[in-house]
Amino acid sequence: MGHQDHSFSCAIHPSSLHIHSAFTLQSELELELERRARKLYEQGGQRTMAVAGLGETVCELRQAYESGKTRSLAWRQAQLRGLLRFLKEEEEAAFAALREDLGKHRAEAYRDEVGLLVKSANEALRQLGKWTTPERVWIPLVAFPATAQIVPEPLGVILVFSCWNVPLGLSLEPLIGAIAAGNAVAVKPSELSPCTAKFIGDNIGRYVDASAVKVVQGGAEVGEQLMEHRWDKVLFTGSPRIGRAVMAAASRHLTPVALELGGKCPCIFDMMGSARELQIAVNRIIGAKWSSCAGQACLAIDYVLVEERYLPILLKVLKSTLKRFFSDPDHMARIVNARHFERLSNLLKDKAVAPSILHGGSMDAKDLYIEPTILLNPPLDSAIMTEEIFGPLLPIITLKKIEDSVAFVRAMPKPLAIYAFTGDAALRRRIVEETSSGTVVFNDALVQYAIDALPFGGVGQSGFGQYHGKYSFEMFSHKKAVMKRGYLIELTLRYPPWNERKINLMRRLYRFDYVGFVLSFLGLRR
Amino acid sequence: MAEAVVRELRASFTAGRTRPVEWRAAQLTALVRMIEEKEADISAALQADLAKPHMESYLHEISLAKASCKFSLKGMKSWTKPEKVPSAITTFPSTAQIVPEPLGVVLIISAWNYPFLLSIDPVIGAIAAGNAVVLKPSEIAPATSSLFAKLLPEYVDNSCIKVVEGGVDETTDLLEQKWDKIFYTGNGTIGRIVMAAAAKHLTPVALELGGKCPVIVDSDVDLHVAVKRIVVGKWGCNNGQACIAPDYIITTKSFAPELVDSLKRVIKRFYGEDPLQSADMSRIVNSKHFNRLTSLVEDKKVADKIVYGGQTDEKQLKIAPTLLLDVPLDTALMTGEIFGPYLPIVTVEKIEDSIDFINSKTKPLAAYLFTKNKKLQDNFVTNVPAGGMLVNDVALHLTNPHLPFGGVGESGMGSYHGKFSFDCFTHKKAVLIRGFGGEATARYPPYTQEKQKILRGLINGSFIALILALLGFPREKR
Repeated sequence: MGHQDHSFSCAIHPSSLHIHSAFTLQSELELELERRARKLYEQGGQRTMAVAGLGETVCELRQAYESGKTRSLAWRQAQLRGLLRFLKEEEEAAFAALREDLGKHRAEAYRDEVGLLVKSANEALRQLGKWTTPERVWIPLVAFPATAQIVPEPLGVILVFSCWNVPLGLSLEPLIGAIAAGNAVAVKPSELSPCTAKFIGDNIGRYVDASAVKVVQGGAEVGEQLMEHRWDKVLFTGSPRIGRAVMAAASRHLTPVALELGGKCPCIFDMMGSARELQIAVNRIIGAKWSSCAGQACLAIDYVLVEERYLPILLKVLKSTLKRFFSDPDHMARIVNARHFERLSNLLKDKAVAPSILHGGSMDAKDLYIEPTILLNPPLDSAIMTEEIFGPLLPIITLKKIEDSVAFVRAMPKPLAIYAFTGDAALRRRIVEETSSGTVVFNDALVQYAIDALPFGGVGQSGFGQYHGKYSFEMFSHKKAVMKRGYLIELTLRYPPWNERKINLMRRLYRFDYVGFVLSFLGLRR
Repeated sequence: MAEAVVRELRASFTAGRTRPVEWRAAQLTALVRMIEEKEADISAALQADLAKPHMESYLHEISLAKASCKFSLKGMKSWTKPEKVPSAITTFPSTAQIVPEPLGVVLIISAWNYPFLLSIDPVIGAIAAGNAVVLKPSEIAPATSSLFAKLLPEYVDNSCIKVVEGGVDETTDLLEQKWDKIFYTGNGTIGRIVMAAAAKHLTPVALELGGKCPVIVDSDVDLHVAVKRIVVGKWGCNNGQACIAPDYIITTKSFAPELVDSLKRVIKRFYGEDPLQSADMSRIVNSKHFNRLTSLVEDKKVADKIVYGGQTDEKQLKIAPTLLLDVPLDTALMTGEIFGPYLPIVTVEKIEDSIDFINSKTKPLAAYLFTKNKKLQDNFVTNVPAGGMLVNDVALHLTNPHLPFGGVGESGMGSYHGKFSFDCFTHKKAVLIRGFGGEATARYPPYTQEKQKILRGLINGSFIALILALLGFPREKR
């Protein structure tokens, strides 16, 4: 797994590498990182050659699109069915790749990736006819006889940048939408999940039309090279830093982009009505933090806000449920690589933060495993409270009144999702009306991702552009306005030479004052 | 200066001033009043900036702006309501809705050719959607720009809606601030700069750009009517200085002579023997554009192709409607957007060849086809990508508020008009409310075989899996 992270402007030279970390396995980690950097540097030469082939790939995709083959419904359906077969026949291999890259249990791999893809592909197949049908719209009488409709057409050639944490899902979910909309597509899976990237690249060509659906492997330079070309749309899932670079690169070609970024998704925890509800709520919180890629998910709960008097009972149930769920550490994913492991352990090593660790905290650098960790009131200006955690560390912040959570959340950048466990309708209304986020979910977390009718996407710092269900189709379509007229009725007063009389007639028409118009026209009214 | 403006607007927005539907309605109503009361001033400003004929000012700017306001006023109540959507069996029981919310503080940069409409129309959408707005009118239409700066504060809430006048420096200053959306109307060069600036703050953008809008003319049409529509769509739209004005015509070699004759007759009828004296034609906006345009026909191999018109009056900044036939395709006139009163005619062997010709260029904002042949119409609609299309007329589609107006590819991204304006400045927030009634323990670790089976069913929407899950299968050992 020796690859650089998604960082567009970095060139690692072994001697320039330095680690400033104070934890026990430092020397081993340092050696490992140096080893990888050296390897990368050596591979640099090979990589330049690989990158040259990109131009051809892009060319082939454009030719495939221009040939018109991706437009037919039959072609789109064949690809979607191909994807379904791929997911069915290669399911075990998919599980193995996800297990290798992230330590995901097969249940998690099905629940969060494979299963959702099957659902989405089936939905697209079911709805394709409806989505591609032009929509007739109203037309004013004055234009009679005429028709007006909105005709969806594909944008052309799409580029999808996937992310490492849901490597299969974030590659194929956009692919489903782009294909349904009739485009040719290039997918660049994340090199940080290399087994899944290889799995997709090696196999998908047997199930879909490889001339119009291509997988491009590689890291940062490949990403940069890809952005040198003109695309008809780019979808990027990842960090805001790289999102900025992608959008800036896209601006050179006026390529529209959609950015799916992250943020610190808060969980506002109000008192529950019964012990049963409390248990269910805690199940759901744990599910949305630790059971999904060990917290490395853009939609994961980042931190919890709770009233100080409810803290003891929340903690009690959290701890006991954690024990029950993760009795076997095999059921929690691991940290993706040493760099992120180091990042996360640094969050905890921060001298101001370490004392707030209430539960967990143990780590194993060799296995890239971090125990589910709970912190209580770390300083709000520490890194763990200002950056997106993306890991199995859960800070709990206590408040005097739960209503203060609204102001707390408003002071932070807009996240991808806000979660709130509460039965209080007034608080619910305040959260919806006074905060802004991609999504709001009450009494659960993460599940909104599975609902096709709800658009998935961020706002502000968490990105822009939405997909899932018909939104995926629309994301990769252009809604073309088409109006048709006949020659039957001619409105001569449109034409020069113009005079006040004509203008007055037009005034009446524009007010849809047809009677007044006729009277005026006949000279019976000024 | 821009920073102070944004700070003030952000404070107003955060305080919630722009959220109530009553506030939005009050602003829009005030705008309608402004347009009605100050119609003469608006017309005068347009006359000063562009020598725009009164009819055009009324037809293309004032009436459309008023209609847009009224349409938004009527629609706002339903547009702002949350929309219930079907939930999934996977999350039963739950209710799901989409709640529209304003993006926040938005920047609208307008253009000079329809300086009133292209400023006020996006502002209407932004207000209807509940945002705070900064409008930067084009400095190339200075009379209209200062009119906005004077009038808007008299009619609307100045703490939430502001006008910032200026040129390159002021615009650059504005572009460095953090906005929640930027809406730009203009050309592709500046469009790229706007998008690159927006990238720094991850600001979404809508770019309304231009392109070479083609008009295909088939031989089976009612020629006189078709030509009248083309002529008014070209020279009756700010003398060709309009993003949706016909840029060039394509027709068959055999039909071209008849078409050219008809065009000449109609141009003469509309604008007289000496069009430079006609009051029904706008002038070129400034000497920079005048020179840009005249240099397009300086080259002898272009000038030789002029078959009608070509007269210019530099003092009045007027250029007469000019027809050219079969100009060499590698000239500037044939490669860049003309944005002026020159109308080149391209001839092809068969009318179907025009489709490939159009597709060899970048995607235009609008494409037009005059024909009665249904097969050609279908071919055109299916195979020509464009922002919008009109068959058997020109430009009208932008007056229909139920049609999205915007470009694709080089002609831009994003759309507006009618409800699309509201959507342009809105975030559709997904809201899911779950209860505690159905708890599917199958979701959680430790993951047993049983759980995995139920999970499969649940995700694929199986009722049986749902029932099993609701009944608490698999039973957990406590």
